[in-house]
Amino acid sequence: MLSGIRGTYRWVATRYGADPLHLLALLACFALAGYAASRVVAAGILVGFLVWFVGAAIIHDLLLYPLYALADIVAQRRPWRRRRPPSGPVQWPPLINYLRVPAALSGLLLLVWFPLILRLAEQNYEKSVALDTSPYLGRWLLVTGVLFAGSALAYAVRLRRNKSSSRSRTRLRPRAPRSSPSG
Amino acid sequence: MTSVFGLVLLLGIPIVLITGLVSYAAYDPRLPGNETTPERGLLGFYLFDWPTHPVWLYRFTQGVHVVLGLTLVAVLLAKLWSVIPKLFAWPPARSLAEALERASLLLLVGGAVFEFVTGILNIQLFYVFPFSFYPAHLYGAWIFLAAFAVHVAFKLPKMVRSLRSRSIRRELRTGLDGTRPEPPDPDGLVPLRPAAPTMSRRGVFAFVGGASLMMLGLSVGQTTDGPLRRTALLAPHGRDYGPGPNDFQVNKAATAMGVDPATTGRDWRLELAGPHPVLLDRAQLLAMPMHTYALPIACVEGWSTEQTWTGVRLADLARLAGAVPGTADVFVESLERGGAFGQASLSAGQVADPRSLLALRVNGADLSLDHGFPARIMVPNAPGVHNTKWVRKLSFHATAS
Repeated sequence: MLSGIRGTYRWVATRYGADPLHLLALLACFALAGYAASRVVAAGILVGFLVWFVGAAIIHDLLLYPLYALADIVAQRRPWRRRRPPSGPVQWPPLINYLRVPAALSGLLLLVWFPLILRLAEQNYEKSVALDTSPYLGRWLLVTGVLFAGSALAYAVRLRRNKSSSRSRTRLRPRAPRSSPSG
Repeated sequence: MTSVFGLVLLLGIPIVLITGLVSYAAYDPRLPGNETTPERGLLGFYLFDWPTHPVWLYRFTQGVHVVLGLTLVAVLLAKLWSVIPKLFAWPPARSLAEALERASLLLLVGGAVFEFVTGILNIQLFYVFPFSFYPAHLYGAWIFLAAFAVHVAFKLPKMVRSLRSRSIRRELRTGLDGTRPEPPDPDGLVPLRPAAPTMSRRGVFAFVGGASLMMLGLSVGQTTDGPLRRTALLAPHGRDYGPGPNDFQVNKAATAMGVDPATTGRDWRLELAGPHPVLLDRAQLLAMPMHTYALPIACVEGWSTEQTWTGVRLADLARLAGAVPGTADVFVESLERGGAFGQASLSAGQVADPRSLLALRVNGADLSLDHGFPARIMVPNAPGVHNTKWVRKLSFHATAS
């Protein structure tokens, strides 16, 4: 009897490709989701719900990801960059993160608050709040400006530190032979 | 890295889910007129009478629901970004088990993004979705919950193992120069030919954490009173109206709700229906015993504010209409036209609470028209939409038991 159960268990496991408990958990998941979906049908909103649900499932992978990945590649290659003549010992630290971080943070704010910032729900908003949404664009631009300014400041500090450390390196180099044992 | 984002979501998402389900209960959908999702079936199995104690409970749970949800957007995006290689896995499934699990991932990702998107658009009053918000957000949440639960069950051991495989302290000390790609993993999350790193792991965590803190910092102010409220630069309902007694957040302005100022003037009467129907004008109400309480308005959209309200106890009005407080609930009707919440039911417990008022004044002044003049409901801990404005009729019914 026991070996029979064990045998079935193994048979299901090989046929299915995972522990039968895995199957049980997924069936429970689909049962609950299916019941919730039947409530969506009962509410009479199935088509719109389905379109938005599937859209939600793919919007990041097929729309947002290609957009920000492409923007990132372009920013890393910097086709607009001027070729700088090698400027002595000063090393320019990589710029990419000083662009990437403020741009992404500002983009996130726009992604979340675009109806407010672009005044897309103006009528509903005024009906509800008894004010208009005119301050939001300015506030978003202000935050964006602060982010880029902070990033530029951080880059300047980094550059300064790089310069002073490379200067101290060049000052150190001629002294090096003196400290060698042969000196 | 996926594991760290997963861990944050594992802690945060259940809080957002539970506070959301709590908010559904707070609407007391079993009372007449409060139901926004009559077809809920078994999904309302847990509903309970929403309490009036503590007064700040709904303010807290709904504030957490909305603000934590906003805060987690960055983590959710980072998590989706970190599992992108899975999208290109080929063949998509090597067994029935994998095929089914991937189908559940469709529910997981679709459910998560659907819930975040509908919630975020709704708090901005941007009703572009072709369905009513309440049923869609509720049923979408249950679909997401189902997929989230199995995903956690399947991945939890893997997450713990992978978190243990690297020392967090060492990662926090490792800069860009020391950042090396992870060894290939059986799940195919690690890229096969990774590009040279441009950001250390601690850099990515600081990036995503900073983005979350920024979302939090620019919206949390809408749940506070006082100077902190001004920090809500990007939050739909953190607005500043001025220093006057009626200068606090408005939701649903009088003109927009079709409230004719003429009907709120001298001819306005409050109708009490019950065993002894009564008609009262505002002077008669003001002659009744007045009580003053500081009570919050807390909206489903996440914002809240506490003000000092003065008015007549609902329990006194129930007695006047011949009902016994504690055994009767009340159906409240407003002068407003066309809104979804021109009426609401309050439970017997809400009517009996001594702090439940038909408020006539706020902060020492008469209510302004936008805040519900001549009279509005103020019930401790009730969701904002149940604090009906421009009240015209209260019908007391013996509670069905």
